[in-house]
Amino acid sequence: MNAPFQSIVTPASPRIMAERPMKIAAKDVNIYYGDKHAIKNLSIDIPDRAVSAFIGPSGCGKSTFLRAINRMNDTIPTCRVTGNITIDGRDIYDRDIDVVQLRAKVGMVFQKPNPFPKSIFENVAYGPRIHGMSQNKTDLEEIVVSSLKKAGLFEEVKDRLNAPGTGLSGGQQQRLCIARAIAVNPQVILMDEPCSALDPIATAKIEELIDELRQNYCIVIVTHSMQQAARVSQLTAFFHLGTLVEFGDTDEVFTAPQEKRTQDYITGRFG
Amino acid sequence: MTEIRSDFVAKRYAAERRFKYYGAGALVITALFLLFLISDIAIKGFPAFFEHRATVEVTIDPAKVDAAKPQAGDFDGIVKDAFRSLFPAAKSRADRKALGGLLSQGAADDLRDMVVANPALIGQTLKVPALLSDDADLYFKGMQTGLKITAGAGTLQIAQSGEEYVITGDTGDLREGQIIRANGGALRITKLEGSTVVAEAVLAPETLNTAVAGQWDMLTLSVKEAERRVNDKQVVWMEQLRSSGVIEKSIAWRFFNSGDSREAELAGLKGALVGSLLTVAVALLLALPLGIAAAIYLEQFAPKNKLTDIIEVNINNLAAVPSIIFGLLGLAVFLNFFGLPRSAPVAGGLVLALLVLPTIIIAARAALKAVPPSITEAALGVGASKQQAVFQHVLPLAIPGILTGTILGLARAFGETAPLLMIGMVAFIADVPQGFEDAATVLPVQIYLWSDLPEIAFQSKTAAAILVLMVVLFGLNAIAIYLRKRFERRW
Amino acid sequence: MSDHITKAYDEDLAVLKTMLAQMGGLVEQQLDDAIDALSRRDTSLADRVIQNDEKVDVLEHQIEEKAILTIAKRQPMARDLREIMVAIRVSSDLERIGDLAKNTAKRTHAMSDQLPRKLMAGVTRMGRLAQEELKNILDAYGHSDATKALEVWRSDEDLDALYNSIFRELLTYMMEDPRNISLCTHLLFGAKNMERIGDHATNIAENIHYLVHGKPLAEGRAKKDITSTMSVEPGQHSED
Repeated sequence: MNAPFQSIVTPASPRIMAERPMKIAAKDVNIYYGDKHAIKNLSIDIPDRAVSAFIGPSGCGKSTFLRAINRMNDTIPTCRVTGNITIDGRDIYDRDIDVVQLRAKVGMVFQKPNPFPKSIFENVAYGPRIHGMSQNKTDLEEIVVSSLKKAGLFEEVKDRLNAPGTGLSGGQQQRLCIARAIAVNPQVILMDEPCSALDPIATAKIEELIDELRQNYCIVIVTHSMQQAARVSQLTAFFHLGTLVEFGDTDEVFTAPQEKRTQDYITGRFG
Repeated sequence: MTEIRSDFVAKRYAAERRFKYYGAGALVITALFLLFLISDIAIKGFPAFFEHRATVEVTIDPAKVDAAKPQAGDFDGIVKDAFRSLFPAAKSRADRKALGGLLSQGAADDLRDMVVANPALIGQTLKVPALLSDDADLYFKGMQTGLKITAGAGTLQIAQSGEEYVITGDTGDLREGQIIRANGGALRITKLEGSTVVAEAVLAPETLNTAVAGQWDMLTLSVKEAERRVNDKQVVWMEQLRSSGVIEKSIAWRFFNSGDSREAELAGLKGALVGSLLTVAVALLLALPLGIAAAIYLEQFAPKNKLTDIIEVNINNLAAVPSIIFGLLGLAVFLNFFGLPRSAPVAGGLVLALLVLPTIIIAARAALKAVPPSITEAALGVGASKQQAVFQHVLPLAIPGILTGTILGLARAFGETAPLLMIGMVAFIADVPQGFEDAATVLPVQIYLWSDLPEIAFQSKTAAAILVLMVVLFGLNAIAIYLRKRFERRW
Repeated sequence: MSDHITKAYDEDLAVLKTMLAQMGGLVEQQLDDAIDALSRRDTSLADRVIQNDEKVDVLEHQIEEKAILTIAKRQPMARDLREIMVAIRVSSDLERIGDLAKNTAKRTHAMSDQLPRKLMAGVTRMGRLAQEELKNILDAYGHSDATKALEVWRSDEDLDALYNSIFRELLTYMMEDPRNISLCTHLLFGAKNMERIGDHATNIAENIHYLVHGKPLAEGRAKKDITSTMSVEPGQHSED
């Protein structure tokens, strides 16, 4: 039924793909919001231990697809997903996949920093606690501290772990959210415009952090800032009107994209 | 090029200023209305918080009060005798009855309570304050008649001719209707014939001596005898009491301590307050959990479809249904079908619960909606289940808002009369209710009942009860505002 | 290509392009004049060429500034980025061409009192060929025409071939009569200048290809200038 929509997928350049194992594979994915066809026949292979950036104009489906990767779309009753998305070869829309465990495995960082209105410690401890990841308080403290360290926040907050997380600055809040995501030991981290509410300095810190995290996680980031995509990602996917127009090495996409639509978008020519 | 015309700008600014004045004017008018209303109620109601008592010396005669059964004693007789002994001249049946009219039934009850609490008093003589009747009380509060006492200047000769008295001498200041107090008696002037004054006895004078300046005075009453509830004789007696210093004014604790009564001076709010409390408690216990549960389900879990849309519209409509309809429903379902007791807080509470349920649901939904979805997303994002997200994150944040809405709903329930009329909570109930199934009334119904009674004293009581109700409602609103401010969070 | 959403961005790029066209025109004129001056031994024209070179330098400077400013302000991506980078490179090539024209003009003084008409003809012809190449490449750049640029790039072979033969010819003259050495050396440098101009034109052609296709020109081109290894034995005539 989706025949009229032809997705043009440029195979990722062998360089980036060959170096890294595959993590997420989507095949013929279609996503609908009620009658709206948000993602059309999308197929993409996302490698592990690299940052893949999704760019595209608003409403192009990039966030929708991102949210399909940890089934966040399940919370929207009208949303329907067809085709299959696998992580490490396991279909995440399979019947016997537990959504709660999937979301622990595929962490998410949102556009607006959204710490719980609780202490910094509690913010990070919440995930490990509900998943029963720690045997005792010492264990939990260890997880919290190491997560905060990984998120590059520990030095700034070590004296006030019991202060409310909402009292931190915007950039610190976002790093707290990243620490919270890391705390449940995910394999994939999805970031939905993580810097759009932050100033350039805070943005730079987050970008630095993303670059560090890349060593250990598969990171997918949706961003409106092409500069940011160019700076932090190794692979860039350009979405337009629900289709994946181009997916390739960031180096290539931003200097010499293969598709005219990509070119028009990244040079600021979209009418 | 067209220029901006300066007169247009001026006009715009003038319009803006005018609008500001209109707004301020509207505010002032509203404030005046409110001020007028509240001050009117306060002025009317304030005296009801005080009562007058006359200190009398009573002897607890063991013959009248059995030490074994003190509560059965004739305290009425003891107090009345003691009171009458203050006026030895009043001997006739009519006089004794008039004197008795100044004393409240409550005086004997007070004494009985005192003796029952302390039986050792039997046989002793002691001074006790005896509660005055509502008429006497109102007189001392100045609400029966205006009174001017003028010391007599000059000399009066008083002569008796048959039933009448003729007064001569320096009678220039005397006017018809005035009461002359001289020689241990009181004379009401009926006629002025030049310098000769004809008067009739209110209290017969003991002697007919000439009264010189300082030995007599005159009372000028602004309200005619026929138009007030105390007659001239009682006025004279009361003035006698006042000048002898036995009258004391004190705070009327019984207004809060006792139930309703047919006697205005004895009527209190306790029954209504306890009734209100029990009724609202039932309403709260029922409506709060139901309301929150319904709100959480509708807001967080229910699928968005036609059915939930209809439910939502109906909840909103339900909040706008006239309260009397809920009363009818309560009558039909709770009383007639389930057979709950009439006039009982349990039935009233059920009806009020129905009444405030939509309000609570709407407030709770608004509070839940006000919690940013990012919090839910954050919880889901780290792998919390939907239920964990709602109960561990959304609900705690919504609680202050829910409580605020609930308290405002309760305030409405507190002030509601109409539905309770339908289920019989409008009866005269003198006893303070002891449980959820006792007959009871509530504060606004009590106000309604009192406002209907003919006794002047009840007008004051009505206003006082309104004040109490308003204080309770303001208190509830204040708590709501406090909770909102205290737990307000920024995300 | 459609317009940018920000009009000022289009203007920035247009201004850059206009400045380059202006510079291209100026350099073309300079080369023309230099060749004229050399062939007619017109020293005053040569002096004018030498003076005008300053204008070329100023223009190059301005283009560079404008390009840097545009990068800073617009953070260009993809084609726009290449456009600006290529503009910088082309302007520097043009500046070098201007320098070579000036250098050629300078040599007019050295030969003004002699009349080596026959020897002049070859160098002048080479000059015209280089001029033609320059004109074509500027045309191709103006229209972002990669095909035409490739043609120019290929046609540089002719210039190289001509240079080779002139080189040999001049060497022969010098060997025949040592009095010719001074004049021939100047002419040799003139010819070398023209050959260099051709190389700069191929540079520009490569840049145009990069501008249009986003990739460097993959095709290899054999360098036809073989003079660096060339030697002429005395008595050997090369009239071929």
